Amino acid sequence: MSRITPGDLDRISEEVKSRMHLRKGIARARVLVHMGTCGIAAGARAVMIALIKEVEARQLQDVALVTSSCAGLCSREPMITVEIKDEPPVKYVNLTAEKAKEIVEKHVVGGQIVSEYALSLGSERVL
Amino acid sequence: MAHRTNAMICMCTNCVSNGALRIKDCLEAGIRARGLQDEIQIVPTGASGLCVRGPVLIVQPEGIFYQSLKVEDIPHLVEEHFLKGRPVRSLMYTPPREQTPIPVIRDIPFFKSQRLIALRNRGLIDPSKIEEYIGNDGYRALLKVLTAMTPGDVIKEIKDSGLRGRGGAGFLTGRKWESAAMHAADQKFIICNADEGDPGAFMDRSIIEADPHSIIEGMAIAGYAVGASRGIVYIRTEYPFAIERIAAAVEQARGCGLLGKNILELGFDFDVTIFRGAGAFVCGESSAMRASIQGEPPEPSSKHTHATEKGLWEKPTVLNNVETLANVPVIINWGAKWFADIGTETSKGTKVFSLAGNVVNAGLVEVPMGITLREIIYDIGGGIPGNKAFKAVQTGGPSGGCIPAELLDLPVDYEGLEKAGSMMGSGGMVVMDEDTCMVDVSRYFVDFLRDESCGKCTSCREGLNAMYLMLGSICEGKGREGDLELLEELSEAIQRASICQLGQTAPNLVLTTLRYFRDEYQAHIRERRCPAGVCKALITYRIDPAKCKACLVCNKNCPAEAVSGEKKKPQKIEEEKCIKCGVCRDVCKFEAVTVQ
Repeated sequence: MSRITPGDLDRISEEVKSRMHLRKGIARARVLVHMGTCGIAAGARAVMIALIKEVEARQLQDVALVTSSCAGLCSREPMITVEIKDEPPVKYVNLTAEKAKEIVEKHVVGGQIVSEYALSLGSERVL
Repeated sequence: MAHRTNAMICMCTNCVSNGALRIKDCLEAGIRARGLQDEIQIVPTGASGLCVRGPVLIVQPEGIFYQSLKVEDIPHLVEEHFLKGRPVRSLMYTPPREQTPIPVIRDIPFFKSQRLIALRNRGLIDPSKIEEYIGNDGYRALLKVLTAMTPGDVIKEIKDSGLRGRGGAGFLTGRKWESAAMHAADQKFIICNADEGDPGAFMDRSIIEADPHSIIEGMAIAGYAVGASRGIVYIRTEYPFAIERIAAAVEQARGCGLLGKNILELGFDFDVTIFRGAGAFVCGESSAMRASIQGEPPEPSSKHTHATEKGLWEKPTVLNNVETLANVPVIINWGAKWFADIGTETSKGTKVFSLAGNVVNAGLVEVPMGITLREIIYDIGGGIPGNKAFKAVQTGGPSGGCIPAELLDLPVDYEGLEKAGSMMGSGGMVVMDEDTCMVDVSRYFVDFLRDESCGKCTSCREGLNAMYLMLGSICEGKGREGDLELLEELSEAIQRASICQLGQTAPNLVLTTLRYFRDEYQAHIRERRCPAGVCKALITYRIDPAKCKACLVCNKNCPAEAVSGEKKKPQKIEEEKCIKCGVCRDVCKFEAVTVQ
């Protein structure tokens, strides 16, 4: 690394900030990609990669991408669940890479649920 | 492509010696085999703290804590968690006496009650990368002092924070800096004391392994405050991994102009060199360390003048412990008031302790000053293994004392521990259960100190030797009336006549055990009995015929062939042959072997 000047400290911090947010678990929104065998077979990988690229391109430092297991609706995979802080989670079904990008733009960033692809609001009660 | 997941793998000395390197290789291979290398980044970090459960892997952003990993576990873990998003429950942490694992690190009681200042970057950054340190506010404090504070401001800030030396004596750090700043000289030195020698203590090693740049930044700030341009890290040579880390960090910092001439192009010069000590306990003492660096025999000398006036090479010198320095950048960034609000009236901030001995969650903890011993040992430490009773905790290394169960609610700070006859020391904490003989423990530590005494003062050299012999004869059942009073007299002589702190504090352990466990000493002397069943000369092993199931396991395992008896009949131990190794008791499944 070449010599650092005061301004470089800000620049370097900015560069590694998303890494730090990720490791500290700081997130305004979590996007769960359901990666059961059914999800993977239906194309969840492509959805995941599209999401990673979209989050990176938009420099969304407070969005965590998390894998999750089968959500129980195998016939409508690939699925994702979008969890925005203080809002009920939204499940999306029958996704493609394109649809996933649209969900990031409209829901994760814009705050508007994309009802066209959405299955339901909320999750089943556990215990 | 940015990574969606960071797999933080602990690379501390402990985890590495338990196979973390092979686990890391296996993890990398597994992730590549699944084509996930662009999604999942593996980050080597310093100790997580729960060292007894190593090797450890923390998966972020979920915060899933995996522990006690083996190479065989990794392919399954990669497939289940990284590919399919199903965290593997069997590899998570389950608290003792419970059945349900706790998946997320922040829900685990061991981590929940801790507050990290000195260890703020543990498990969070890759210590070998300076940009990661910078990314979490690193070198911000140095920039702040160089651009917005005078040396006087810095000293005032550190003084106001109430930060005290974390290496033992607890001297006010700001006052030490102030004194060194006052004395004009063409050269001054900042020495970082990383000569951690207490048995069972590994705070400094862990801080250096997890976050070496925090020490460098702390030293540079100290250098600016007192007007020193040279820093020396005095580190024991038994810490090869920590030496490697700090040396690499110094190189990196120098390479990008954060050490050396004209730091950050702001006109301040400061550089750090590393001095490897040959591992003598006494070298942790300031005047002995100075002699050691100067190439002289490491013997303490009497301090008519402070090192801050005439220290290394007769120049004003500040000697600060690793943990003290790690606190400095945070105080500068967050302010003295913020720091002073944490802790007790006289002891501010947090303290790192290495929790060892008979405790479930052995490891490294950082807690606010004023927390009670009970909270540390039971809430964080998880209590005593095997449902045994707590007997004592030894704080402050061999120079500290043993604190009994009735003082478990003692708030931990410098004054509190001293009042109990012990000391903060560097933060070693050895927990002892009911099976520990306090006379035997005293003998062990006096033996250590006798071995490590530099021999300069007769009181320490001969006094400790005499104490060791007396403790030995008490353990062997040859103690006499009056021995305890003689031990106390010797202790006083050693305290008063030794010139350095090591000699002066050496009798603490004997004195505290005499104070709190006197009846145990007396049982050895008057009744020729070791209540804890440890001292071999005073115990006999017996087999309870009512409990013996005649399985013959003890008979087959006895190395001295001292167990005899017919098949299907209760066995017996022949006392003349028994070497009191305890194997029979360890192998017996029916608790039929008793010690008296």
